[in-house]
Amino acid sequence: MSNVTVKLCGDQLSKETTANLNDRTIELDGTIYNVDEVSFDVPTQGTVYGALLNYQGVYDQLEPSMNEDPYKAPPKGPILYIKPVNTFNRFASSVPMPEEESVLEMGAALGIVIGKTTTKVKEESALQHVAGYTVVNDVSIPHESVYRPAIKQKARDGFCPIGPWVVHRDEVKNPNQLIIRTYINGELKQENSTKNLIRSVERLIADVTDFMTLYQGDILLVGVPENAPLAQENDQIQIEIEHVGTLENTLVKEKVTVGGRK
Amino acid sequence: MKHARVAYDGTIHDAIEAAGGVQLNDGRVVSESDVVWLPPIEPKTVFTLGLNYADHAKELSFSAKQKEPLVFFKGPNTFIGHRSQTYRPSDVTFMHYECELAVVIGKTARNVKKEDAYDYVRGYTVANDYALRDYLENYYRPNLRVKNRDTCTPIGPWLVDKEDIEDPMNLALRTYVNGELTQQGTTADMMLGIVELIEYLSEFMTLNPGDVLLTGTPKGSVDTKVGDEVITEVEGVGRLVNTIVGEETYVQHA
Repeated sequence: MSNVTVKLCGDQLSKETTANLNDRTIELDGTIYNVDEVSFDVPTQGTVYGALLNYQGVYDQLEPSMNEDPYKAPPKGPILYIKPVNTFNRFASSVPMPEEESVLEMGAALGIVIGKTTTKVKEESALQHVAGYTVVNDVSIPHESVYRPAIKQKARDGFCPIGPWVVHRDEVKNPNQLIIRTYINGELKQENSTKNLIRSVERLIADVTDFMTLYQGDILLVGVPENAPLAQENDQIQIEIEHVGTLENTLVKEKVTVGGRK
Repeated sequence: MKHARVAYDGTIHDAIEAAGGVQLNDGRVVSESDVVWLPPIEPKTVFTLGLNYADHAKELSFSAKQKEPLVFFKGPNTFIGHRSQTYRPSDVTFMHYECELAVVIGKTARNVKKEDAYDYVRGYTVANDYALRDYLENYYRPNLRVKNRDTCTPIGPWLVDKEDIEDPMNLALRTYVNGELTQQGTTADMMLGIVELIEYLSEFMTLNPGDVLLTGTPKGSVDTKVGDEVITEVEGVGRLVNTIVGEETYVQHA
C-alpha cells in the first residue's frame, strides 16, 4: 500500500489515504474501490511548469542542429514552459483533439509536486521541498521547432491530464530511477526511465528555483522522453510510472466534448 | 472606477481611488504611501506578447513579419505591486524595462470574434515586463530565465474599469528612468490589437476571468542599473513606480 493524497470530484478538500498500485485500488472511508469506480479530480491547483530537452535521448536528437540557426548554441539553463490552467484535465476523462489534427503526442512525464514555498534551494536539500509525485500527460500537437514557445501546440484545453493522485515523497526511494511506460489501447508504445534525465529531480529543482519561486501545489515536469508515441481518436492512453501510479485517458475529437466534458 | 489590492494595518484590502489617497473597502481613506501595493489582480494565466510593436521588433533586429504572434506565459511568482523593488543579479549586463498595457479578462472566452471581443474585457492596468537579455537562449525564446524571474514583472497600481477608457487602442505609453523620459509610444502602433489578440487566442484555447494579456512594448528599451527608479505610464490607466535593487539588498546570505 502507498500513501497518497487525492482530490475527488465534488469535494472541497483533498484527503490522505492509501492506494494499491498493483491492484489499481484505493481506500476511501474504509472501503476499497477499484480506481475505475472513483471520480478523481485534478490533484493540485498550482502552476504546472515543464522542462524541455531533459532526457538524454531527446537532447541527442536535437544536438546536431544546436549550433545551427535558429538555435546557434546548446542550451545552458533549464528550458521551461507553462501548461496553463485551461489545459488541466482529470484521470479517466477525455483529451479533446482539435478538429484539424489527426494525431497528438502523448508526453509521459513525472510530475514533482512542490510541498512548500521554494526559492534558491540547494540540490542537497531539494527533496525536502517535495510533497510527492504524480503522473502527467503533457499532450502536444506534434511540432519540430523549439525556437519559439509552443503555445498553440501545448496549451490547448484539456492538454494536461494529471493524476490520479499524488504519491507521498517517502514512497519513492529514488525519483531518478523510475521506469515510465506508455500504452496505447493496451499495447506498450514507449518505455524509458528517469535515470536518463540530464538534470536529476534535485538538480532541476535547484536550477529552476535559482531564479523563480515554486509554491506549494506547483508541479514541475521533469521532461518527456524521446519518441513520444502518437495517439489518435478513440485511443485509450495509459501512462504508468513505477511507484507513482497509472494515468488513464481517452482521446476524442474536440466537438464531442463541446457542451461538457465526457 | 480604479481598483487596487493593498496591504494595510496587517491585512489585505480591496481598495478604490479616492480624493486624498486610497479608500479601503471598510471606508477608511489612507495615504497611497502608507499602504503596500499588491498586484491589482491575482493573476491566473498570463499571456505575454513579444514583438507586438513594429518599431520594437526592428530595434531587436527582427523582421516585423511573423507567421504567428509570439506569445509566452508567465507564472504567478514574477508579479509584484506598485512601488516595489526588482532584483538585478550582479552578472547581468543588460536589463531593460518594457512599458505595457495589460488587459484583464472579465469572462470565459472561447471562439470569440473580434467584433465581440471587448465584451470579454474587465479592464486595464500597467505592467513593466523586465527582460534580462544576458540569459536569452534560442529555445522557447524568450525563455523563462529571461522573462519569468521573481520580482521582474511589476503590475498596477490600478485595475481601471473598461468603461472608463474610451479607446484603449489610442493611449500614450511612457517610461521615465530617474525622471528622464526614455521610452515613448502609443497603443495605436500595436501590430495585433486587443480584439485581434482575444480572437486569436480564444480560437484555440479558453481564456478565463482574471487572465491577463500583456500586449507588448514599443521601442526605447535602455539598460537600467541598481538604484534606478523606473516609472512606466499608460495614459489614463496608471503610473507604475519601481526601483532596481542589487544583491546587497535582495539576497539573504545565510
